Parts: sequence; C-alpha cells; structure tokens
Amino acid sequence: MAKRIDVSGLNVYYGDFKAVEDVSMTIEPRSVTAFIGSSGCGKSTFLRTLNRMHEVTPGARAEGKVLLDDLDVYGPDVDPVMVRSEVGMVFQKANPFPTMSIYDNVIAGARLNNRRMSRSEADELVERSLRGANLWEEVKDRLNKPGSGLSGGQQQRLCIARATAVKPSVLLMDEPCSALDPISTLAIEDLIHQLKEDYTIVIVTHNMQQAARVSDRTAFFNLSAPGKPGRLVEMGETNQMFTRPEKKETENYITGRFG
Amino acid sequence: MTTTDAPKAAPPPTGKRRMGDVVFAGTARGSGILILLILAGVAAFLIVQAWPSLAANTANFLTSQEWEANVRESPAFGVGALAFGTVLAAAIALLLATPVAIGIALFIVYYAPRRLASLLGYLVDLLAAIPSVVYGLWGIGFLAPQLVPVYEGMTRYLGWIPLFAGPASTSARTILTAGVVLAVMILPIITAMSRDVFHQVPQGHREAALAMGATRWEMIRLAVLPFGKSGIVGGAMLGMGRALGETMAVAMILSPSLAVSWNLLQSGNQTIAGHIALQYPEATGYGVSALIAAGLVLFAITLVVNMGARYVVARGNKES
Repeated sequence: MAKRIDVSGLNVYYGDFKAVEDVSMTIEPRSVTAFIGSSGCGKSTFLRTLNRMHEVTPGARAEGKVLLDDLDVYGPDVDPVMVRSEVGMVFQKANPFPTMSIYDNVIAGARLNNRRMSRSEADELVERSLRGANLWEEVKDRLNKPGSGLSGGQQQRLCIARATAVKPSVLLMDEPCSALDPISTLAIEDLIHQLKEDYTIVIVTHNMQQAARVSDRTAFFNLSAPGKPGRLVEMGETNQMFTRPEKKETENYITGRFG
Repeated sequence: MTTTDAPKAAPPPTGKRRMGDVVFAGTARGSGILILLILAGVAAFLIVQAWPSLAANTANFLTSQEWEANVRESPAFGVGALAFGTVLAAAIALLLATPVAIGIALFIVYYAPRRLASLLGYLVDLLAAIPSVVYGLWGIGFLAPQLVPVYEGMTRYLGWIPLFAGPASTSARTILTAGVVLAVMILPIITAMSRDVFHQVPQGHREAALAMGATRWEMIRLAVLPFGKSGIVGGAMLGMGRALGETMAVAMILSPSLAVSWNLLQSGNQTIAGHIALQYPEATGYGVSALIAAGLVLFAITLVVNMGARYVVARGNKES
C-alpha cells in the first residue's frame, strides 16, 4: 500500500519565477515526514508537485524527477488524474463539498473510479473511511446531513476520510491544522499517528511543536535570500533535527533566531 | 490606553448634519421611491385602461380563444391562447438556450485558453447588443427558409410525437422558429450569469475534487455545477423573463392567430407581446383596452417569473 517517494533535482517555476530550486529527497513509506520553514519558502509548492496539483495553477511547471516506487510521476504517458488517485491530499482549509451529505462526501472520490459500487460496498467503505478518520462515532447518526454542518475539526477529518476512501498510497497534508483549535488539532495528530501504519504521510506545518510531535523525519526549507528560490536546507530524523541540526541555518530557525 | 486615546476619538454626533450627506441621502431615497412609483404607476395604468373592456367582455377573459374586441359594444375576447403561446415560446427558448449557455460558460471558464476565453465572452455579450428587430429579420429572412426542410424531416421521422406531427408549415413561421430565435436572444444573459457563478466556485472545492483523482469533467460535476446551480437557474429565469416579453422578433415571425396548439411545426400560436404589436395599429372601439388587458396578463406572468428567479437565487446564496 504505502509507497516510497524519490525526488531528484526538482525545480518549480511560476512562469519565469523560480520558486523552488534543486530539491532532492527520499520520503520513506509508512512514516510521517514534516516540511517546516518560513512562509513563502516553497514547501507547499514543493508538496503540490508530488501529486502534480501545482499544474492547477496557471503558469506553474516543474522540472526534475519524482518517483513513486517505480512510477515516474512526470513520465510522458502518465496521467495526472491517475497520480492524484495514488497520492491524495488534504488542504489547509477543510473543503467538504457543501451541497453533499457526509455520506456522499466520503464516497465522492471512490465513485469516480468505481461507478457500479453496490450499496453495501459503499456503506462499508463509508464506515471504514470514517472510522479510519476517527469520525464515525460522531457522525454515524447523521450521515445524510450536509458535511458543511460539522465543526471545523470534524470537517477536516471528513476530508481525510474522503481522501483515504480513494485508497491512495500517499497522503499529502498542507497545514491541515492551521485553522483548528488545540483540541481538534490533537485529534488530527492522533489520527496521523494511526494513518502512518498504512500510508506514506507528508505534512507541511508552521508549528514546530507539531512537527516534533507527529513526524519521524523533518525537512527544513528556506530562501537563500528574499526574492531567491526556496531550497531544501537539511533533512533528517526529527529528533536529531530538533536537537542537533547539522546546519546553523536550521538551528537558528528552530530556536527562533532568524537571519 | 483608553485614557490616552479618548481625546483623539471622533467628537460625539452633535445633531448637525452635513449638506453633502443630506443631498446624497435624499437623492438615493428619492430614486428608490421613484422605482416603486413607476412600477405602481404602470400597474395602475394597465388596470385602469383595461377595466372598461374587461367589464364589458362577454367572453371568459382567461380561457376564451376569440378576439372580437374592435367593436363599440359587447366585445368578446380572451387571452388564454396568447398566454399559452407566450409561455410555450419562452419554454422552447429556455430549453434550447440553457444547455448551450452552460456549455459556453463552462468552456469559457474552464477549457478555453485565456485569450480565446475573453474574446468569446465578449462575442457572447455582443449578441445581447443586437436589436430585436434585426433578430426578427434574421428569423424570417434567413432562419425560417433554412428550417423548412428540417421541419419536413422532423415530421417524417418524429411525426409520431404529437409535438412534431405533420404537415409542417411551408413557411416555417411557427412557434418553434420563434423559440429558436428567442433562444439566441436569451443566450447572452444565461451565459453571463452562469459564467459569473462558475468564476466564483471556491478554489478549495475545485482542488478537493482534482486532488482525489477527478478529471476536469468530474471536477465540474462534483464541485462546479452543484455550486453554480442557483446562478444557472437565476440566469435561466431572467432569460425566460426576456423571452416572455420579447415583441418585435416574435411579431415578425408569427402570423396573427389565436389557436392553442401543441404542434410546434405548424403556424397557429401567437404570443401576447406579438399579438399586441400586430393588433394595435388596427384597434378600434374596445380594441385598445382589450390589448392593454392582455398586456396586464403579460406583466403579471413576467413579474411572477422574475420573483421566482430572485427567490431561487437568494435561496442558493444562503445555502453556500
């Protein structure tokens, strides 16, 4: 299920502007990898290149190689639609489809690939996905109510259930807790711990305590100078990154001393 | 903080009002009231002017299919056939225009390269600027002759459906032709409304669909159409309002008649607006008053459709 991601020499451009320069890294399966760094350093941009979501932004393009196990994500015959069903994504702002019920939200992605899903199969998938997202007990009595009626934290877990219902091998999370209160954040972090049993998880976060709590490995991104492209400064075991980083730049950021 | 800020705060209102405010508020209020007065005035005019003929009418005004109004006493006329023709023509126009308009709007917003999109949007808006008399000329001069063989073919292959039963009109000046012309005329407004609402679909919803492996069409189905539904319906209702009231093009295409017919390929139907335009020059006796009574019915139908459109749009906005 979970797959390894191998990135080598990746550059990302918005039109003529180079946003991310020469990133190479390996993301291990069944582990949580956190991306930290200041705003605008390209970590979210880089994250979106892992499932080709950056292509949704007009003018954005990537150069380099991204391997998902053996699959060349940027290969000439590879359909981005297929990549995205393998590499799911959860966004900063919870975005359940407002007109759909909780049930339909969960099943929406899975229905795309499997039109003729039987009622019992669908019921089972919805329950499994919602249980997997620690949301089942809270919503099992109102599956037919709109998803937009849930609290922010519940909506975000609904989005995680929706992403996992497609059965991806990788889950990308772009600051999934930045709009949530501490309790909901804790619920999501617990969930991330469980999810890494089955998925490769990559999470972008501004919260360094969160990175330290949830991740196995951490990657630190930074700009060499204002207006210059972002780059990967250092990547390593989270424990080591937060106690004995190799680079002075990383230590400055982690301890709150900038520049 | 508060103590140091207090002296800087704006002085309390003294009751003295500034000249500019007074003038502006007065103008705005006056304009608002003026709109209501005009609307009420139009309604009152229609009712007052229609009353003499309605009171003298010997036939049932709502159901009768005759129009003997150009007499000095005991007129007999009814608006039923005309109202039927009006709604039928507008419904045909709506049925033809809405899918095309949604397609154009989706193409402009989600498929076309940016330059082509703005050019296309501009061209569609231009359709709205063509005078309706030109549409009428196009309808009788070009479209109708082109449609004659089409209608013949339809009677041959689809004749078993009562709507398309033969024999087809040899001039093709039928309610279906009028509906096609009206469809072209209301295309811009439906397209514009749909385009605006498609532009407003939150990026989060679109990305949510794409990120779970939706193709562009699936993204449109999951995120765009449900969000845009109220805008599409609102645009369609506004377009229908226009189609209901459209006079010139319809009057030029349809010949004077008072039948109620479901057959789209034969002449016979007429709309209220077209009827008024064609009959007014020859109206005598109770004639003018009777035509105004028909106008009152059109006014009521249009009002109901527009209020329906407002209601649907407002309800949609509340949901999202």
